[in-house]
Amino acid sequence: MTQDVSLQVNNLRVHYHTQDQAVKAVDDVTFSLYAGERLGIVGESGSGKSTLALALMRLHKPPAKIEGGEVILGETDILKVNREQMRQVRWSEISFIPQGSMNSLNPVMKIKHQMSDAIKAHQQGWTQQKISDRISDLLGRVGLSNSIADMYPHELSGGMKQRVCIALAIVLEPRAIIADEPTSALDVVVQRVVIQTLNDIQQQLNAAMIIIGHDMGLMAQSVDRLAVMYAGKMVDVSPVSSFFNDPLHPYSQLLISSLPSPDEKRELTGIPGMQPSLLDLPSGCAFHPRCPIAVEKCRQQIPPLRQIEESRRTACHLVEEKLR
Amino acid sequence: MPYFVRRLIMFVVVVIFAATLNFIIPRLAPGDPISSVLEELRARGQTVQAEDDIVAVYRERFGLDKPLHEQYISYLVNTLQFDLGYSISYFPQTVESALLNALPWTIGLLAVSTFMAFALGTLLGALLAWPRAPQFLQGLIPLFMLLSAIPYYLLALLLMYVFGFLLKVLPLGGAYTSATVPSLSLPFILDVIKHGILPGLSITLAGLGFWALGMRGTMVTIQGEDYLTLAEAKGLRDRRIFFGYAVRNALLPQITALAIALGSVASGAVLVEVVFNYPGVGWLLYNALRSSDYYLIQGVAFFLVLTVALAVLVVDLIYPLLDPRIVR
Ligand SMILES: Nc1ncnc2c1ncn2[C@@H]1O[C@H](COP(=O)(O)OP(=O)(O)O)[C@@H](O)[C@H]1O
Ligand SMILES: [Mg+2]
Repeated sequence: MTQDVSLQVNNLRVHYHTQDQAVKAVDDVTFSLYAGERLGIVGESGSGKSTLALALMRLHKPPAKIEGGEVILGETDILKVNREQMRQVRWSEISFIPQGSMNSLNPVMKIKHQMSDAIKAHQQGWTQQKISDRISDLLGRVGLSNSIADMYPHELSGGMKQRVCIALAIVLEPRAIIADEPTSALDVVVQRVVIQTLNDIQQQLNAAMIIIGHDMGLMAQSVDRLAVMYAGKMVDVSPVSSFFNDPLHPYSQLLISSLPSPDEKRELTGIPGMQPSLLDLPSGCAFHPRCPIAVEKCRQQIPPLRQIEESRRTACHLVEEKLR
Repeated sequence: MPYFVRRLIMFVVVVIFAATLNFIIPRLAPGDPISSVLEELRARGQTVQAEDDIVAVYRERFGLDKPLHEQYISYLVNTLQFDLGYSISYFPQTVESALLNALPWTIGLLAVSTFMAFALGTLLGALLAWPRAPQFLQGLIPLFMLLSAIPYYLLALLLMYVFGFLLKVLPLGGAYTSATVPSLSLPFILDVIKHGILPGLSITLAGLGFWALGMRGTMVTIQGEDYLTLAEAKGLRDRRIFFGYAVRNALLPQITALAIALGSVASGAVLVEVVFNYPGVGWLLYNALRSSDYYLIQGVAFFLVLTVALAVLVVDLIYPLLDPRIVR
């Protein structure tokens, strides 16, 4: 099975430069995003998900700095293009859906102007009529009425704002969309609706999409593949069905067993211990202090992300050895 | 109640309150204006005959013999019709005509230089907090701190000393060369501009630091806002993000500050006019004070309150157009 790759990330490293040392928020991350697929990225808060998402569009702010690696979108490594070329790539090739927060839309600008801004920055030839037709078409697609176009953000509910952001993300039909916790600020009912809208849109466009989140339940229903981040590293990548049926990495196993399940009435266990501070990482595998099966090797060597099966990769010495 | 009705009522209340204070304060002082004029004449060694008769005639003429509430009503009615009485020192000129003569000078000077200070200060302050603006601008920050700490009149004196006295490149005072007759000819206009530079510069520079530092502060606080990240993600051009997203939002507190600062702007400009002998409203007030011209003092004071209240009203009415979140 060969698939077209939309976005190829190789050995990406992003560090925050604090006074005395570098925080390795994204450490040697490699993954592919295939055309038309939905890739979920999960991980505890502080594991580097947002830093990764921003770096993919080169939107990271100091003290963050990309230390190395490649982000290949289509044919070009966008870490090598100049500022103006990067500006042109943004939104037309890769767009962004922010956290469903109150602040992502400009409070003093009508919705239609925030949408037409994005069009005008990339398409010179469009007439006013074409632009407003496009805007009402998009609002319709995310289930909003056309009258929204003339409103200001404060006149909309959280769910409506997030749908506006989804419509905004597809104005230029990019090949890739990154959504960073698109539903975490919304209440549960609205979350489902927004995720559904997101999925419908993604299928219509056949765009590749990265959905970042920490709600495993929501993820299970909405992504094709799942990647797990732990302390700045990607430690487990797997199709979603095998991830839930037969998780490989011990961290993934704990994540899944900590999920409440409707048929079994058992205590919610959670995961023992805490995620280590990025300033003071344990030696070897960063997860070993919390790992129930860790051995001496885990304390000494950092496990690389290895291909385990056809479509699964895991960074764990023990999984690797068991299969050898 | 609709927003603009509330603002309008506020304006009317302020104006009536100011007029009332204007009525009460002089009457709290012992004596009355007529006696004090006579007093002054006597002090200069002049004799005044039939003093009591004169006082009685004038008291009647100015209505000072009527009961206080009647005086108050007729005062309010007159004031609100902008009938401010006669100036004593410019007699027989009325207070309103003295004001009208001074007004164009003040408006020309004050409006232009206040606007320049606000516009330039706001723009520079915005650039100071913009990561992609030229770095050398950062050198302006200490200058702005200094400027915002110096009072108007001190700056005026300093500029006057350097450019008028030491370098002799600009006139020391006045609004135009005193021998010329005002006309709309080019030489006269150039003369007026030349005379306006120093007082204008004093007001502009004195306000510049305040507006720049205020804008810089607001811009810094909105740097981390999500809507700026999204604007950048959209691939907008820098100029568009700067003006349409960053400045546009940071401007709102500036406008509020403008409404608050207008009062001190007006009083600061009064001092600048005095320093430069500039024949505007401030200078008029200064002369009225020196010659104890009560009606003129009252008239100018009332007028200053009126203009500030009016300016605040205009700012308040414009604000909802800039910030859609304000319920109209
Ligand atoms: N401005 C910053 N300065 C220094 N370190 C930071 C900064 N922002 C984030 N970090 C570090 O980067 C790590 C990853 O942050 P983030 O990408 O926001 O994680 P996530 O989105 O997974 O919660 C955090 O653990 C934190 O230590
Ligand atoms: Mg995050």
